[in-house]
Amino acid sequence: MTLWIVVLGTSAVCFATKVAGYLIPARWLHHERVQRINALMPIVLLSALVAVQSLTSKTHLVIDHRLGGMAVAIGALIARAPFPVVVLSAALTSALLVHWH
Amino acid sequence: MPSLATATFRQSLSVSFTVGLYGIACGAASVAAGLSVLQTCALSLLTFTGASQFAAVGVVGAGGGAAAAIATAGLLGTRNALYGLQMAPRLQLRGWRRILAAHWTIDESTNVAIAQEPVGPAAVTAGFWLTGGGVYLFWNIFTLAGALGAKSIGSPSAWGLDAAVPAAFLGLLWPRLTTRSTRGIAVGAALFALGATTALPPGTAIIASAVVAVLAGWRGNK
Repeated sequence: MTLWIVVLGTSAVCFATKVAGYLIPARWLHHERVQRINALMPIVLLSALVAVQSLTSKTHLVIDHRLGGMAVAIGALIARAPFPVVVLSAALTSALLVHWH
Repeated sequence: MPSLATATFRQSLSVSFTVGLYGIACGAASVAAGLSVLQTCALSLLTFTGASQFAAVGVVGAGGGAAAAIATAGLLGTRNALYGLQMAPRLQLRGWRRILAAHWTIDESTNVAIAQEPVGPAAVTAGFWLTGGGVYLFWNIFTLAGALGAKSIGSPSAWGLDAAVPAAFLGLLWPRLTTRSTRGIAVGAALFALGATTALPPGTAIIASAVVAVLAGWRGNK
């Protein structure tokens, strides 16, 4: 039940945001500060997600197989590998570390 | 000018397919976080903005509640309002077409459309609809594929899925780290989130990190 609330709530909020862009007067969002914060929001939230999902478990910091996968992902990104290669190489490395452990 | 129309078509299609592939990671991450295949597909069909979907299932996977998941996803989706603002005068739509256009207003459709500006207004409109519709089609097909795939493999960590999810986030983040200050802010946000994870209730660390964007943007650190 909670998961359906997440699915429908996320959909409703994201759809409302998109529609708002077509309805609200342009000058409302023209404020320089609003633009700056809005531009930084995905960077901050994605970075937080990367850190939390690769270095924590529940409310603890942990270093495990995932970190090996992330190291390979960073290497792939530096080498300008396409997205599927980044994700698959990280998954493969992490899975191998799990099996060898 | 048929050759230019072909270029718009080709660009829209290649973006649609490539971005659609992210749907595999999104579908798999969603199932690994505990959502059913039906819930996963509903999320892609109805939300249709990748980073927000990843965020919602990421918060759920980290043990967060519905409110934290929805708020995090909503904050990540605010940029779509700015895209709508840019597309509204270019598309000039009314009624159901405007509703559909809003639903398909995402990073890719907006950016492909605006990239057609030198070609002309018709190419802007074509680029928007082709890319929006194309990503919608492929995104949902690949979400289903990823969800079914993840369901059949069982333990997420045995297949590296628990590393694939943060790697996918990193892949979304990487192209945005274009300046020294954005890289600094990203590192700051990561450290803040790690600290917040140990101090705050489960699943709220990510939404709390939004304060980093507000502080950095407020000061004009750009």
